[in-house]
Amino acid sequence: MISSGAELNAYKNKVLAGGSKYVSGECDVVYVGMATCGIAAGAEAVFDALNAEVQGRGVVVVPTGCIGMCYAEPLVEIKKQGKPSVFVSGADAETARKVVAEYLDGGDSSAVLPDTRGDKQTRIALRNCGVIDPTKIDDYIAVGGYEALAKVLTEMGREGVISEMKKSGLRGRGGAGFSTGLKWEFGAKSEGAKKYIICNADEGDPGAFMDRSILEGDPHSVLEAMAIAAFAVGADEGIFYIRAEYPLAVKRLETAIAQATELGLLGDNIMGTGFDFKLSISLGAGAFVCGEETALLNSLEGKRGEPRLRPPFPAQKGLWDKPTVNNNVETYANIPAIILRGADWFRSVGTEKCPGTKVFALAGKINNVGLVEVPMGTTLREIVYEIGGGLPDGKAFKAIQTGGPSGGCIPAQHLDMGVDYESLGSIGSMMGSGGMIVMDEDDCMVNIAKFYLDFTMEESCGKCTPCRIGNTRLHEILEKITDGNGTEDDLTQLKDLAQTIKSTSLCGLGNSAPNPVLSTLHFFADEYLAHVNEKKCPSHTCKNLIRYIITEKCIGCGICAKVCPVNCISGEPKKLHSIDQSRCIKCGECLPKCPSKVGAIVIE
Amino acid sequence: MENEKAYALLDEFIDGLQVKQGALISVLHKAQEIFGYLPQEVQDYVAEKLGVAASKVYGVVTFYSFFTMQKKGKFRVNVCMGTACFVKGAENILEEFNRQLGTETGEVSQDGLFSVDALRCIGACGLAPMITVNGKYYGRISKADVAGIIEEVKGATAND
Repeated sequence: MISSGAELNAYKNKVLAGGSKYVSGECDVVYVGMATCGIAAGAEAVFDALNAEVQGRGVVVVPTGCIGMCYAEPLVEIKKQGKPSVFVSGADAETARKVVAEYLDGGDSSAVLPDTRGDKQTRIALRNCGVIDPTKIDDYIAVGGYEALAKVLTEMGREGVISEMKKSGLRGRGGAGFSTGLKWEFGAKSEGAKKYIICNADEGDPGAFMDRSILEGDPHSVLEAMAIAAFAVGADEGIFYIRAEYPLAVKRLETAIAQATELGLLGDNIMGTGFDFKLSISLGAGAFVCGEETALLNSLEGKRGEPRLRPPFPAQKGLWDKPTVNNNVETYANIPAIILRGADWFRSVGTEKCPGTKVFALAGKINNVGLVEVPMGTTLREIVYEIGGGLPDGKAFKAIQTGGPSGGCIPAQHLDMGVDYESLGSIGSMMGSGGMIVMDEDDCMVNIAKFYLDFTMEESCGKCTPCRIGNTRLHEILEKITDGNGTEDDLTQLKDLAQTIKSTSLCGLGNSAPNPVLSTLHFFADEYLAHVNEKKCPSHTCKNLIRYIITEKCIGCGICAKVCPVNCISGEPKKLHSIDQSRCIKCGECLPKCPSKVGAIVIE
Repeated sequence: MENEKAYALLDEFIDGLQVKQGALISVLHKAQEIFGYLPQEVQDYVAEKLGVAASKVYGVVTFYSFFTMQKKGKFRVNVCMGTACFVKGAENILEEFNRQLGTETGEVSQDGLFSVDALRCIGACGLAPMITVNGKYYGRISKADVAGIIEEVKGATAND
């Protein structure tokens, strides 16, 4: 049990001299990235092999969270004392074992890779991800964990915390960008003996995995921040609302809560200050709208996740009608660092209006798929080309999609824009939770808009008409266009309808659902026009608008006819073959099979 | 007998709850874990046990995509349809599974072995396109891998 700030300090010194020694760099460390992506790529076998290998070498093998270089999984990082980190990427257990052993013994190092994360990143929210073992509270305490809570409870007082949070300028990282300090102040001022603190871990944006990575890589920092928030607003109970699709994050959270409770860092009379706080976990059940905070409250009450009318705001009347403060995972992860290092330090990172950093999940058509954390104001070009390493296969950049289904597609002309809440909003996209999907010349923007509408249409809760019916109509029009039956009039209708839905929907889902349509219509109007006027899909994606044809170059080898699943290719041996368009299903099997030096099959 | 055991497990869970208020979703999670799906009979039982209207239970079950009223296959193929997977061809992979198994998305194959579903983003975008079969991940796959995965899964049971 840790029952005072002094005892926390003593505990820290004890673990630093013992099992958590590696965090201070006093021995060689081998990290194995064991978040969901790492495990899916085979990291468990790699970990076991390395653990067996280093016995007796005085080296520690640490299973850690997301290191951020997702493209390189399974990923091993080797930190030799006094040397920069090197990596072993994509290796099976046996290869990893050999390479690591050789490098540790000072042998051949040509098989290890240098750090490619670059110097553009600043890790605040992710400060412990990839650095400690997330299943051990000792490791978290060794890097200064729970010291912010101790400082808050023993030195700062409730008002002190809120004023420091307001001064820091931290804004909600879930996407809306509301001031965290103000939110806490509203919660603190609300009357009531019972209040709740909630962590929104319902990361529903497709292509976003920041929150999952934080919970899998550093769960204690979120727990600690929730305790700080609870103290500031006067709550004694906290709830994690987390997606059921994230089983590993749930497991790590359960472990973290049990450990913190055992040490007395959660529970009654924390650190002898009389402050009580308990935490529980509630699983979502697969509804995107539950990321909206009032829908989330209904879901926590066991109801359909339909949003509530506001006001009253949750800070006044939230869960079970009690004052409730709800922040997102990444927002919480910033807080212990802000408390320990101060608001001025936090403000020195990022921009005037948006201090601090933002974590982005960089994915899609990009070389270095990964989790990146950059100061607010970093340009899209720096993110895509310097950190992300550009696009694979020499393809041309077409757009970057930010903000998930609520966001927009940003074309190349805006690559030099610094990223923050306002700049993204000004060009019709949004920060959202931080997904960034890169698209290349092969992606049809009309089809992408349809993909997102397909998502929001299904995820609309159905409570308000503009969202329920409007988005379905938008989807139908987009379908008509990608099927080749669209007209220019449809484009006008798309725009009108999209604007109506935006301005009349009840909650954030409906207000933002038409963004992908509006932004693609604005920036990629020529693609829409090609679909409706010329009945052509310039990126060769929409199946009804393309034809596979065999040109005069055909040598009649017949390979294409053999792979065609519907037998619609015919021709005499050594003579020109042809495709029966009425039967072709446009599966594309034939094209890569045509010998490359012949290249007779083309898409039109 | 099987069924009685299942209901006993569910009873044990519900009776062990400290607070029943607001517990409907966690009870349904448990029920689906036990029964594999949530047919009307199970929903009625939960309603009665928790003292809420059956219509409310049905409303919740149909609202959340995680809950299903349809029995699933022995092997549940989930194709991730997050954006990263989508731009890397997840649609084609979903189509290929359906073509080879003779299913439609959301349905069970005739032999009852496989069900194919489109899944919301699982957040493993570094391995896109990605699928899971009964919780096991297969990352960076292409259409050409589909037949192999089906065989692998079937083969694993043959050895049971």
